[in-house]
Amino acid sequence: MIEEKRIVLRNADLIDPEKIEDYLLAGGYQGLEKARSMSSPDLIAEIKKSNLRGRGGAAFNCGLKWSFAPADAPVSYVVCNFDEGEPGTYKDRIIVQKDPQSLLEGMAICGHAVNSKQGYIYCRGEYPYVVDLLNRAIDQARGKGVLGDFDIEVRMGGGAYVCGEETALIESIEGHRGEPRIKPPFPGVAGLWAQPTVVNNVETFTNLPSIVLNGAEWFAAIGAPNYPGTKVLTLTGDVTNRVSIEVPTTATLREVIYDFGGGIKEGKKFKAVQVGGTSGGFIPESLLDTPIDFDSMRGIGATLGTGAVFVMDETRDIVDITTRIAKFFEHESCGKCNPCREGTFRAYEIMKKINQGQASVQDIENLTILSQVMEKACLCGLGQAAPSPILTTLKHFYPEYQARLQLN
Amino acid sequence: MSTIKDIILSYRDKPGGIIEAYHAVQKEYNYLPEETIATAASTFGVSEAQAYGVATFYSYLSVEQRGKYIIRMCESAPCHVAGAEALIKAFEAALGIMAGETTADGKFTLELTECVGQCQATPVITINNVPYLNMSPEQVPAVLALCK
Amino acid sequence: MITLTINGKEVQTPKGSTILEACQQAGIPIPTLCYDPDLRLAGSCRMCLVEIKGRPLYAASCVAPAENGIVVETESPGIVAARKVILELLSARHNFNCQVCEKNGNCKLQDYCYQYGVKESRFNYGEPTNYPINDPNPFFERDYNKCIMCTRCVRACEDISIVRAISVENRGHHAKISTAFDGNLTDSPCVFCGQCVMVCPTGALTSKVSAGLGRSYEVDKVLTTCSYCGTGCTLELNVKDDRVVGVTSNRTDTGSPVNKGALCVKGRFGWDFINSPERLTTPLIKENGEFRKASWDEALDLVAKRLGEIKTEFGADSMAVFTSARVTNEENYIAQKFTRAVLGTNNVDHCARL
Repeated sequence: MIEEKRIVLRNADLIDPEKIEDYLLAGGYQGLEKARSMSSPDLIAEIKKSNLRGRGGAAFNCGLKWSFAPADAPVSYVVCNFDEGEPGTYKDRIIVQKDPQSLLEGMAICGHAVNSKQGYIYCRGEYPYVVDLLNRAIDQARGKGVLGDFDIEVRMGGGAYVCGEETALIESIEGHRGEPRIKPPFPGVAGLWAQPTVVNNVETFTNLPSIVLNGAEWFAAIGAPNYPGTKVLTLTGDVTNRVSIEVPTTATLREVIYDFGGGIKEGKKFKAVQVGGTSGGFIPESLLDTPIDFDSMRGIGATLGTGAVFVMDETRDIVDITTRIAKFFEHESCGKCNPCREGTFRAYEIMKKINQGQASVQDIENLTILSQVMEKACLCGLGQAAPSPILTTLKHFYPEYQARLQLN
Repeated sequence: MSTIKDIILSYRDKPGGIIEAYHAVQKEYNYLPEETIATAASTFGVSEAQAYGVATFYSYLSVEQRGKYIIRMCESAPCHVAGAEALIKAFEAALGIMAGETTADGKFTLELTECVGQCQATPVITINNVPYLNMSPEQVPAVLALCK
Repeated sequence: MITLTINGKEVQTPKGSTILEACQQAGIPIPTLCYDPDLRLAGSCRMCLVEIKGRPLYAASCVAPAENGIVVETESPGIVAARKVILELLSARHNFNCQVCEKNGNCKLQDYCYQYGVKESRFNYGEPTNYPINDPNPFFERDYNKCIMCTRCVRACEDISIVRAISVENRGHHAKISTAFDGNLTDSPCVFCGQCVMVCPTGALTSKVSAGLGRSYEVDKVLTTCSYCGTGCTLELNVKDDRVVGVTSNRTDTGSPVNKGALCVKGRFGWDFINSPERLTTPLIKENGEFRKASWDEALDLVAKRLGEIKTEFGADSMAVFTSARVTNEENYIAQKFTRAVLGTNNVDHCARL
């Protein structure tokens, strides 16, 4: 049986998250100290070598991302994306609530690498209690002087899933509507207030202290070679244990669901799992032996994304759940680009029609062509991913749609 | 209670601080009273139309008056399969209003929301941002009774 | 210069160009809705999508940089299918009543639906758009049932007029162009310059003053210089049956070098005096408190006689001449010459000095 491996959650439940002293006693800020003994290019090279890939969704090589920021920029920013809005995801909340200093240390390491003096944490508006915790943690870190000349400010979102997209997040910090920007320029070149900006996820940052301290080779040897390290997953839905876990990326979905999740609740049978949050694909039983690493998931048309593992038992109504998900995207589309603004709205209307048993084969064809266009034509990841639950359920669970069609 | 102007002005030196200022106004007033928009616009150097555009973009900000207790009922997929619909109906029945409405006495506002990040214990609601976990329709009267 | 391949042809374009610009240079037409060369880019309508070989996503050519060596297809089956879907999505929210629409024949949505054969939308699910049309301003209609959310009006208001009367409210499908609190324009900072009308690609924003007087294809467009002030803006008189029925913008550098199409409320909407029955067509002489019509000879003789009498009785400096920015430089020159040389006084002034 595969076992938990804790890097990000190494201090979870072992230290008092409200006490920086506990964190320091557990070896906290030694990674930052070591990072500061290194030159910026050496530090970036080390992170690149570790092959740490972004834990937010796109899985971009972290060190490579940092290397795009010009080294000689007079002002640059480090931004932490703590806007985890994917339904079924709460891993970043767990990470921060159990060990906030780890995030601050990771951001300061990044600050040293890209020569930035100012960090921002963009925390979703659903977590005002975590914002308070973070502000207390920052006060303590300032008080101890551990951050040196690097400072961090927390900004709170306002209930907009799209702000998890890095350029929408930047717009929101700047006080605008959270509409994604066109790229290029990428944030590494012109991000927050048009300055070079590195945006990483909470889990990415909290990996950094251990990587710096233990070396790139140590990290690269853990989990899948192409997506090394661990992944924090949150198990929701019809599993016996609705828990958060941190496992090496070689773990398979079956191991996650059955070994950690304790299998399906009340002895029922498995029907489907949606990985990566509400924008992820639905995966049938036949693909459960796929490892969770990003590339393996992509290989089966799914996304590791945020690490949400939403399990559905045999009694669940796939069409109804997909309809609910379509409403989510209708609600969360920012409205900037045509295919997403109009497409998420019409897709929800079509799904409602199907769910109510009033649809025809033609309606499903219309939904399919709409979804296929949205995947390629939308401006940002929200609109591009929104059709994924529809297309994967049409692919793997078509009989459930068929059973709903009007016979005409 | 601080005036809206004082609250907003206290954020004036924060670049892009208009959303933080809106949050602060809402903390005291539960919504953004009309004068918030013009005051925020002049404080942060944006037009009133833009300040209004920002206020109406974010679902946690409201330009409509809301009740003392804002009950947000999550209906995202994990809560949905855990019985969110029945829970929403129970709240609507108990308060005699529909989601999106405020009780006549101004005490409660019911809102639908997407994921609040407490999916280990679905279905979830929040009352003034405090999560209530593993909710069931039977618990609705007891939870409402907590709101004095 | 960089070299890229577009539809099988090698195209050279300066570094820093977008794919759209490269296509325009090569004479390859690309449909656009939100793109406007005078406005900051939005990249949001997605009509200008093109396929770049080897890339999984379509690129919006108006914002995608032309890169060396890329292979671009602008009308591949996938792109045509995507544009059709986008047009159908827009059609589903657009109130098509072209038969009475002011923009009929001059509407980008109509043109592209024609071009791509979009007769009806496959996506007419749910309620049709139903926004009230009730902005009481006297200058232009705002019919958001025809709006396609390209935000060109917002950007024109922000970037050309720098008035910022409008922005976008709400989000997703509920997003809409609005003033603060979605109120009337008359209660907003709007100055009714109509730059928003100028850039609107559909019939969402149309002139109330021109309503019903003629379609764009029925009018001759006559370039002239606005006579309201001394700025010298170029405007396009829309002439039908020898009557002015509207004013539109000429947006070219050569046709409209002073204002590049931008106008003010007077220039764009204040032309209905031209055919007004109340307009004076002969001189009037006031006798016993009443005006009567007179010939030019009679009127000028009377003025010359009275000016001479006043000069003799009270001296030249008892008189002054005020001229106007609404007449030409040459006419102003003649007026000051007349004042100094004929009347004999330096008391001459001009409204633009006030």
